[in-house]
Amino acid sequence: MASATSNPSATSTLANRPPGLLTLRIEPPNTLFELRLKELWTYRELLFFLVWRDVKIRYKQTVIGVSWVIVQPLLTMLVATLFFGKLAKLPSQGLPYSVFCFAALVPWTYFSTALVAATNVMVENQRVITKVYFPRLVLPVSAALSGLVDFAIGFVVLLIFTFAHGIRPAWTLVLLPLFLLLAVFTVLGVGLWLSALNALYRDVKYLIPFIVQFWTLASPVYYSSSMVPERYRWLYGLNPMAGVIDGFRWALTGTGHPPTASLFASVGIVIVAVLGGLFFFNRMEGSIADRV
Amino acid sequence: MSTAVIHAEGLSKRYQRGALASSGLLRDTLARMLRAPWTAFQRNKPETFWALKDISLDVREGEVLGLIGRNGSGKTTLLKILSRITRPTEGWAEIHGRVGSLLEVGTGFHPELTGRENTFLSGAILGMSKQEIIRKFDEIVSFAELEKFIDTPVKHYSSGMYVRLAFAVAAHLEPEILLVDEVLAVGDIRFQKKCLGKMGDVARAGRTVILVSHQLNQIRRLCNRTIWLDGGALRQAGPTAELVSAYEEDMTTSSVEDIRPVDGPAQFLRWKLVGENRTSDHILPSDGEMSVSFLLRVNTQLHSVHHGIGLYDQHRHLLWGNALDGVTLEPGLHEFCYTLPMLPLRPGVYSWRVALYDAGVRIDDWECVPQMHVVTVPITHYRDESAGFLNIPSKLEIVPATVAK
Repeated sequence: MASATSNPSATSTLANRPPGLLTLRIEPPNTLFELRLKELWTYRELLFFLVWRDVKIRYKQTVIGVSWVIVQPLLTMLVATLFFGKLAKLPSQGLPYSVFCFAALVPWTYFSTALVAATNVMVENQRVITKVYFPRLVLPVSAALSGLVDFAIGFVVLLIFTFAHGIRPAWTLVLLPLFLLLAVFTVLGVGLWLSALNALYRDVKYLIPFIVQFWTLASPVYYSSSMVPERYRWLYGLNPMAGVIDGFRWALTGTGHPPTASLFASVGIVIVAVLGGLFFFNRMEGSIADRV
Repeated sequence: MSTAVIHAEGLSKRYQRGALASSGLLRDTLARMLRAPWTAFQRNKPETFWALKDISLDVREGEVLGLIGRNGSGKTTLLKILSRITRPTEGWAEIHGRVGSLLEVGTGFHPELTGRENTFLSGAILGMSKQEIIRKFDEIVSFAELEKFIDTPVKHYSSGMYVRLAFAVAAHLEPEILLVDEVLAVGDIRFQKKCLGKMGDVARAGRTVILVSHQLNQIRRLCNRTIWLDGGALRQAGPTAELVSAYEEDMTTSSVEDIRPVDGPAQFLRWKLVGENRTSDHILPSDGEMSVSFLLRVNTQLHSVHHGIGLYDQHRHLLWGNALDGVTLEPGLHEFCYTLPMLPLRPGVYSWRVALYDAGVRIDDWECVPQMHVVTVPITHYRDESAGFLNIPSKLEIVPATVAK
């Protein structure tokens, strides 16, 4: 495993080494458990540039650019309000259904687009991957982060929308970033696996639309998680996006219940997924440049 | 001072045959695991080959090391291992200092972004810090001679402008060790010279360079020492002058079967430029008369041969073609030698294609390797996008016109 250390070991074979230089050791891949987060930190500027590139290109290519980010969840919300709210009369925790639904769609849209972006990021950057070295981990992380710009725009619209409905933000709003953080880590927990798999197997991309659709239905976007019987609530919390959406809605509006048992389950499973994803991703990193 | 900055021992790389071209299916892998869970993890190895076998080397500080060898001899694989793009299967290496690799021109460029934006992006991907790019930005732009177009999206650049900017960014990379793969094969000869000058500066500044090139004159000019790879193994290492001569000798005398394996009734084996005007087998230095020869081995007599030839540019435009019908060829080696009174092409990379049919059946259709590099001086329009394909001098006269009523 290639690693950079500024403190070469005494067994170094290079005599009279110029002082103050990094020493790299290049070796066949080994199976040691390494997270390599330190290396990610040394490449933080590259991470910034990749996020900046994604955002620039996204808003350059589409003429409607910013407005698309707003229009997409707004239209979805309108249709959902009509069918689920007005016709099916789904309960919405005492909120207007449109607010209930929109408050979930904003973090959900972030999650689903960032997940798709993270899955495709290795394949999209294959030219760069085969031509220059940097820790590959930078790529899925940049995909997870660049979606936050769209999220920020959507969030501003959401704030205006809730305000227009006469809902004033409660103190719980300060907890909202924590739920957003959980969403980012959920993207990473799943995205690290999928991006490596997608680079190695060319049929993974066909799975993605199904995963996203399946996951939408399993998350409290259009319905309230209070419809899930209490004794199964922890099980439901194994879907970390349930914790994210419930928590996000609660933090924004101050109504409903703070997610508790389910949130612990969510956080737990995200930690496991991210650690496992890092391990898997780092193990596969070596073969990715040979196979994409 | 000559301390070793790169020390490698027994570097080897094994690839799965075909695995490079396409990745597998997850479905198949899962099905294999379900069918025979106990064997899925014992790798029943598909066909493999060693792209690199047991390479040991030391590179000293400030040395410019040339790396030569035929296509597929492992040069690029070695650079990819040293630059950490891929890992060795066996062996290890130690490197002291920051490594920059230049394996293609324009790494990380995005067509929608402007020259300015791409400079920052590509710089960051190649390993420069933001501060470093800001500091060198003006220098990069003037090196690329693109002051006027720096805020234009690069998709509107001509290929020449694109290459100039891309190389300017890369040339300002200041790692202690620079790994360069054949990137100078692009661009016109004037800019190539400028880049070589810049690289010479890098070497004089005490930095270490490993350079892969098919242009042996470049190797001669820049490298103190050269390593010759053959079939993934180290064939010879030593002072450049001797080694390049030995390599050239080998290229011309080695059995032709080495270059393209012979099967079928007939096959083209290799091509080269011939005649007085040449300095190298595959580089065209002038726009005067030129001759090109294609070597064909015929194994069984062919009675009704149709032979076609084409010359393509990098964008697959057919620039010139010709064909010949109803020839009889006896078994043995034949040389097809074309002479053209002029081939006034703009500098760049071109490829030949030769085909052979017998009684309507395709015998061989060869996309000739290596490609042909044209390094003439551009004499037409100074803006690449307005210059067209041909590099022909012209004379314009403006005279008063009288039109008969």
